[in-house]
Amino acid sequence: MQNVVSMRRNQELPKILVRSAGVLLLLTSSVVAASDGFINPAGPVAEALRDHLIFIVVVMAIVIAPLFIALPWVLWRYRLGTKSGSYQPNWEFSWPLEVLIWGLPAVIVGVLSWNLWHQSYELDPYKPLAATEAPLEVQAIALDWKWVFIYPEQDVASVNELMIVAGRPVRFRLTSGTVMQSFMIPRLGGQIYTMAGMVTQLNLLASEPGQFRGLNTQYNGMGFANQKFMTHAVSQADFDTWAVNMSESKPPLNQTAWAQLAKPSVLASPQSFGSVAEGLFTGVIADFTGGYHHIKADGTDL
Amino acid sequence: MTAESSFSLLGILTAQDISFVHTFEHPGMSEFIDASAGGVMVMGGIIVIALLTYYRGWHALWCDWLTSVDHKKVGIMYIVVAFVMLARAIIEGVLMRYQQSIAVNDPGILSPDHFGQLFSTHGSIMIFFVAMPFVTGMMNYIMPQQIGARDVSFPLLNAISLWLTAAGAALVMISLVVGKFSTGGWTAYPPYTGIEFSPGEGVDYWIWSISLASIGSTLTGLNFATTIYKNRAPGMTLFRMPLFCWTSLCTSILMIFAMAPLTIATLMLALDRYAGFHFFTNDLGGNMMNYANLFWLFGHPEVYILILPAFGVFSEVISTFSGKTIYGYKSLVIATMSIAVLSFTVWLHHFFTMGQGANVNVIFGIATMLIGVPTGVKVYDWLLTMVRGRIRLTTAMLFSVMFLVTFVIGGLTGVILANPPVDFAVHNSLFLVAHFHNMVIPGVLFGMIAGYQFWFPKAFGFRLAERWGKVSFWCWSFGFYLTFMPLYVLGLMGAMRRTVEWFRPEYLGWLQVSFVGALLLFSGFLFLCVQLVVSIRQRDQRRVPAGDPWDGRSLEWSNSSPPPEYNFAVIPDVTGQDAFTRIKQQGQAYASPIAYEDIVVPKNSIVAPVIGIAAIMFGFALVWHIWWLVVFSFVCMWGAVIARSFVTETERVIPASKVRADHEAWLQQVRECATTPREQENTSVNVGRAEVLT
Repeated sequence: MQNVVSMRRNQELPKILVRSAGVLLLLTSSVVAASDGFINPAGPVAEALRDHLIFIVVVMAIVIAPLFIALPWVLWRYRLGTKSGSYQPNWEFSWPLEVLIWGLPAVIVGVLSWNLWHQSYELDPYKPLAATEAPLEVQAIALDWKWVFIYPEQDVASVNELMIVAGRPVRFRLTSGTVMQSFMIPRLGGQIYTMAGMVTQLNLLASEPGQFRGLNTQYNGMGFANQKFMTHAVSQADFDTWAVNMSESKPPLNQTAWAQLAKPSVLASPQSFGSVAEGLFTGVIADFTGGYHHIKADGTDL
Repeated sequence: MTAESSFSLLGILTAQDISFVHTFEHPGMSEFIDASAGGVMVMGGIIVIALLTYYRGWHALWCDWLTSVDHKKVGIMYIVVAFVMLARAIIEGVLMRYQQSIAVNDPGILSPDHFGQLFSTHGSIMIFFVAMPFVTGMMNYIMPQQIGARDVSFPLLNAISLWLTAAGAALVMISLVVGKFSTGGWTAYPPYTGIEFSPGEGVDYWIWSISLASIGSTLTGLNFATTIYKNRAPGMTLFRMPLFCWTSLCTSILMIFAMAPLTIATLMLALDRYAGFHFFTNDLGGNMMNYANLFWLFGHPEVYILILPAFGVFSEVISTFSGKTIYGYKSLVIATMSIAVLSFTVWLHHFFTMGQGANVNVIFGIATMLIGVPTGVKVYDWLLTMVRGRIRLTTAMLFSVMFLVTFVIGGLTGVILANPPVDFAVHNSLFLVAHFHNMVIPGVLFGMIAGYQFWFPKAFGFRLAERWGKVSFWCWSFGFYLTFMPLYVLGLMGAMRRTVEWFRPEYLGWLQVSFVGALLLFSGFLFLCVQLVVSIRQRDQRRVPAGDPWDGRSLEWSNSSPPPEYNFAVIPDVTGQDAFTRIKQQGQAYASPIAYEDIVVPKNSIVAPVIGIAAIMFGFALVWHIWWLVVFSFVCMWGAVIARSFVTETERVIPASKVRADHEAWLQQVRECATTPREQENTSVNVGRAEVLT
């Protein structure tokens, strides 16, 4: 009788485990899906990254799932004192199993590698995004502990606030006026390092108007946790209005203003500049390279 | 560095650098925690000194331990260092989890500077002063016995390695009280760690403690590789070695090649900081990307330096507690060697996001995933080792089983991170933090704890209390999942590592769960301590003088527990794999040897402690620019080495008659011992003589 009860308990336990795992998974995915990470994409890049992640998990499940199923079974079947399951202390090899345990991971890794190869080129952050419109050019400079965004075509600049056009690609060129940092807007896509004297690039796109958190992900000292900015994706018309307002009403980003920004500090609120000193971005790079410029003053490559 | 007008005997060290003085002058929660930690350390030191004096232990400590070059004692001392440092680093981990769990739109209790020091010391200590000494100590203790050797090839060098590592650990401990530690993380990326952005003493503490430890590890690698190549017993061919020896060999080779880039990188960083060089500065031709490459050229093989010996432990534990020979021995050897070779081809995956373009990223991404193949093979080989066995779920076995389950989850997230596109999204995030803890806690720490449970009776002659071991096991397991699974989720939600304060309310619940998990992990550590204390108190009921409590398969189980200093009265003749199981099945175990010979063992030496203490002074003096002490301690170190070269009497002889008397007495004792069936191996019936199944 006791055996029957314990057997029933044994059968119910897995069911409960599976159900609670399912509930947990659902709960987690709903919370995650509403978050402001790349897992809740607001643009094609982040969406592709998320799909790529899901593909890997599904393929990997083929090699991982058997272990989760087999391990408890083996532990039970071959426990000390059991009558079931033969005891063969010298059993040490089987060709079919050997082919399987080398072959299956090799095939899986083959599939994943093929996918990795294609996706790495497809999602190369330097690759311009397919779109009918020319990308919006933004030059980003990492400082302690703030981000400076220069819009060369509009000749305006903003600090700790990024204005972009929804539905139009953005091409970032990034550098650092201080230590290495990493630029990221999680809901739009991946990150890229910024380094002094060097230029890196990143292409992103926000599909719809909205506000997206951006930040530096690479630790750079006391103000690191506060180095964040808001990205505003707006319509082209709103963007144009914003740029014109900026040029008309905001102070210039000249050498004096720059010297102030370059000092390590956490800004209480974002700042705006109505014009930008000629060649500021290339100048920041040249400061570290003995005067050598990687790119032209208008932001294009040499 | 400002030009000092006056010469100071203490360099740039001032009273304000002492944490107690600093806290007294600038009281605050963060400072108070800092001073308390320093206070606990100082008190701990005073208590140890007082106890040693009270119990008149100084002489024994010096003669039996500190000056010893016996590989078994060196191994145990390594593991003691690891445990002491683990206590500190795990508390730091809990403290950081607490800070993050309360710091949502709130500054919490730790200042950003203190938090920065915490994640830097936590990481540096866990890698260099917990995992490395634990692994090195385990190899030290076990490997020579498994290959049937009496010691390592260079016993004194072995002790010097220990003392260099201990000196590095001491420097990190000193930084708790005198001055501050680096805030640059365990990787210490310049230019942040350069003199321009980190002008204080913190990075220097990091540089010198890591440099000393890295030189110690290089010497260990040379020593162990030589030992395995040259000191094997007759008949112990490479393909008859237990898997732990294979993994030790791979780790030693990795140490030889991988530690050098680290030593070079830290010394180049030191030249930048001390002598105005520009290797890694922003300007004047410096390039931090070179540092990233050098560091990870060490850093990735390092992962396998740590994890391979743990793989070796799992192979031994699973095979022994399944009462069965290992499945796919050659497969496992090939897989281990493949992992060792491949580990040098993947370092760039630590910075896919540096902007080098898709061509390079693809190659390193695929190379990284390739490691998944031999690793997957190993996991299935361990599973198949249990198939057709008779499994006993002892504490060591439980840790091994939990490793298998948990490690494959880490493998999955590892493959995710190996894909450059996804890495762009989760690099630097808590997803990454969760991943590497998911590899290192089950992969290294569980392995080392399993090894500690498994070989403790060999080293000290009595079994550990299983009940407390299992309590500890459940704490470690649940603690791990509760702490790190939420971090995966947070990483996907866009939470970044090394963040002292959050601004997203939705993180709160996950961070709180993670903190509860961290408390469980800490209790796991405490229960290991309880287990040790309880076992020591009950040692008389737990003794295993016959030396083979688990029906062991390799040669270390064939001698007494604890083993004599020469390990083997007569070097065994090896006829195949699972050497001791064969001897037992042939009925040859505990047979009296035909003849005994004189045994030559190395004499104790004060050279290693002199070098170690001088190395602490050397590092400390460099950190604080006390130049006279730099010169003095440097001369001491090399003086000791040169003086040693004039010592000709470095060995002593144990006469054959003494060996015979001791060994025969032990054999007589074993023959009187009752044999233990496996069902009773955790009862007082088990005195270390296994029932032989035929």
